[in-house]
Amino acid sequence: MDWKRYSFIALVIIVLFGTVVLVGMEAEPPILIISSMIATTIAVATPLTLGALSGVFCERAGVVNIGIEGMLLASAFFGWLASIYMNTIFGFGATPSLIVGVLAAILSGGLFALLHAVLSITFKVDQIIGGTVINILAIGMTGFLNRQLFFSKTSIFGGNVPHAPGVLPLLDLPVENWANSLCNTINASEACTMNATAFGNIFEQKPIAISAILLVFISNYVLFNTRWGLRMRAVGEHPKAADTVGINVVRTRYLNVVIGGLIAGLGGAYFTLESVPSFEPLMTNGRGFISLAAMIFGNWTPVGAWAASLVFGASQALQINLQFFRDLIPPQWAFFQNSYSVGQIPYLLTMIIMTGIIGKTTPPAADGQPYEK
Amino acid sequence: MSQSQSKKSELVSKLTDTLLVPTLAIVTAIVLGGIIIAFVGGNPFAAYAGLLEGAFGSLKGISETAVWSTPYIFAGLAVALAFKGGLFNIGGEGQLALGATTSAWVGYALPDLLGVELPMVIHLPLAILTGMAVGFLWGAIPGALKAYTGAHEVINTIMMNYIALNIVSYLMNGPFKDKNPLNVIARTPLIAESARIPPLFDGLRVHWGFILALAMAYGVWWLLWKTNLGFEIRTVGANPEAAKYAGINVKKIMTLSLGLSGMLAGLAGTVEVTALNYRHELGFSQGYGFDAIAIALLGKNHPLGVVLAAILFAAMRNGATRMQFLTQIPVDIISVVQALILLFVAADAIVRYLYRIKQSDEKVVLTRGWGG
Repeated sequence: MDWKRYSFIALVIIVLFGTVVLVGMEAEPPILIISSMIATTIAVATPLTLGALSGVFCERAGVVNIGIEGMLLASAFFGWLASIYMNTIFGFGATPSLIVGVLAAILSGGLFALLHAVLSITFKVDQIIGGTVINILAIGMTGFLNRQLFFSKTSIFGGNVPHAPGVLPLLDLPVENWANSLCNTINASEACTMNATAFGNIFEQKPIAISAILLVFISNYVLFNTRWGLRMRAVGEHPKAADTVGINVVRTRYLNVVIGGLIAGLGGAYFTLESVPSFEPLMTNGRGFISLAAMIFGNWTPVGAWAASLVFGASQALQINLQFFRDLIPPQWAFFQNSYSVGQIPYLLTMIIMTGIIGKTTPPAADGQPYEK
Repeated sequence: MSQSQSKKSELVSKLTDTLLVPTLAIVTAIVLGGIIIAFVGGNPFAAYAGLLEGAFGSLKGISETAVWSTPYIFAGLAVALAFKGGLFNIGGEGQLALGATTSAWVGYALPDLLGVELPMVIHLPLAILTGMAVGFLWGAIPGALKAYTGAHEVINTIMMNYIALNIVSYLMNGPFKDKNPLNVIARTPLIAESARIPPLFDGLRVHWGFILALAMAYGVWWLLWKTNLGFEIRTVGANPEAAKYAGINVKKIMTLSLGLSGMLAGLAGTVEVTALNYRHELGFSQGYGFDAIAIALLGKNHPLGVVLAAILFAAMRNGATRMQFLTQIPVDIISVVQALILLFVAADAIVRYLYRIKQSDEKVVLTRGWGG
C-alpha cells in the first residue's frame, strides 16, 4: 500500500477522533476519549474487517464476490437462530449456546459461499449476478424464516420472539493490570495511572473482534508466505499458467471461496451474537458492500483491507461516541449528531475511495473471469 | 445443411433461450418454494391456490395485480436499459425513493409556495418530470463516476441507495412531514387533486400509470432498437473498446444510460405517488430495487419480457396477501421464490443441466469486473 492511501487513512482518522475530542474535552480528559474511540473503532470495524478478508480470499483466487452482504446477513440470522435453539429448546447455558451460534454462523457463511462457488466456478455464471442472487436469496430467506418462526402462531416458539442468550462477554485481558503494575514500578503518579486505564480500555474487546485482528495477520502470512497463498495468487493472476504447472485451478478456487465464506460467517456472528442479542431484517445495512470498498482500497491485501476497515469503523465510532457528549453540543450544531449527517460518512467515504483519486489499486488479473481450460 | 434448415434451428434455439429456459426456471423455483412451505409445516397446494385466487380470482384481484405491476415495469425497464448499456444499476431503490419524495413535494407544496392553484395540465406533468429528473441525476452520478474515474457502478449505486434513503428519511421526518397534529407517521401531506393521475375505471384502483408503464416499455424498445442513441448504448454495452474506435463518445453514453435508467426508476416512484398513494410514506418502496433486477434478468432485458416478468412478480406479491390470509404462510415466502427464480434464470446452466437442454452458443456480457 502506498503512502498516499496510508496518509489518507491517518488523516481521516485524526479528523474523526479530533472532532470527538473537541466536543467532549470539557467533560473528559482527551486521552480517555481517544482510547474509547480506538476501542469502539476496533469493535465496530469487526464485520467490515472480516467481510474484507473474505473478499481478499475470494478475489485473490479470481472470484469476485459481491454476495458478502448476503453472507453476513444470512450467517447473522442462522447463528442467532442456532443459539436460541440451543438455549430455549435444548436447554443449554448461555455461553455454550453462543459458541454453537458462532459455529453455526461460520458454517452458514461457508454454505452460501459454496453456492457462490458452484454458480461462478462450475456453472460459470456472471459473478456479479451470482453475488446478487446470494444477496437477494439471503434477504428473502432471513425475512421469511424470521417471520415464520417468530411471528407465526404455528411455530414452535408460538409466535413470540424467544429470549436470546445474550451476547458474547468481554475477553478478560489483563492489559490494564499490567500497565498499572508497570506504573507502580516506575512512578505511581496519577497521570501514569490514567494512561494505564486508557491503554487498558483499548483492549476491552470481545472474542470476535480479537479473532478478526488475529485473522488479518494470519491471512497476510498465508497469502504471502505459504505455498497455499502462492497457489491462491497464481490462480487469481494467471490461471492458465497455474494449470500448466499442475495447480488444480477449480479446486483452489473452490477452497478459497469457501474459506472466504467461513470468514464472512464469523463476521455475520458479530451482528447478533457479539454486538446486540437480536436480529432485524436487513440489519447488515450495506456493511458487506462497504467491506468490498475496504478490500479494494487495501489493494487486495489483508493488512491494507484492515486499515481501510478501520477508517469506516472510526466514522461509525464518531457517531456512537458523540452520543455520550450530546449535552455539550451547541443547539445550532445539533444536526451534526444525527444519523442523517454523520451516518452518511461511511457511504460518502466509500464513493470517494472508489473514484481512485486517493490512489488507484490493481485487482488480481483474472479477477471475475471463469476459467476455461 | 440448407439455409432454411439452419434458419429453423436458429429459431428453435432462440425460442428455447427466451421462452423455455425462463419458464422452466420459474417452474423449478415454484416447486422448490413448495418444498420449503411444506418443510415449515404449510400445505403448498393450498398456498399456491390462495396465491392464484388472490392474483386473478376476481376483477379486483386483476386490478390490484396491474397496480402492483406498474412500478415493477418501470423499475424492471430501468435495470434492463442499464444492462443493455453494460452497466448494472442496483440503485433503483434510492432513485425510486428520491423520485417519489420530490414529486410528492411538488404535488403538495408547490401550489402553496406559488400562491396559485395550478391547472392539472401543468401541475401533474411538473410533478412527474421532477421525479424523473431527480431519478436521472441519482443515476447519472454513479454513471459519470464509472465513465470518468472507473469507479464500479455496483458499489456506487448501492452507496447512493443508502445516502438517498437517509436523505428521504430526514425529509419525511422533518421538512416534508405531514404537519397534521394527528399524524405520527413519517409521510408527506396528500398531494393536490391537480397532481393526481386518474384511475382507469370507477371503483377499481388500476390507474393510467399502468398504461403509461406499457407505453414506456414500447418507448424503451423504440429507443434501444430504432434510434441512434439506442444503437450507441447497445454498442457501448456490447464492447466499449469497439465503440470507442467507432467514434462513439463512450463516457457520455455511459453517463446517459445510467441516468436514463435512474430516470425510469424515479418514474416508478413518481407514479406510485401521483396515481396510487397520493403521498409518499417512508419505507413503502423497500425491495423494489432488488425485485427489479430479477424482473430484468427474467425478461432477458427485453421490454416485452420485462412487462411479462413484472406481471408475474406483481401477481405473486398481490396474491401473497390472500395466501397469508387463507393459509397463515407469511407473504415473505414470495421473496424466497423470487430469489430462486432469479437464481435459476441467472444460472440458466443449472436449468439446462437439470432438464438436459443444449447450451446456448450466444454469450451475453452483462457486467464487468473491477478493472473496468
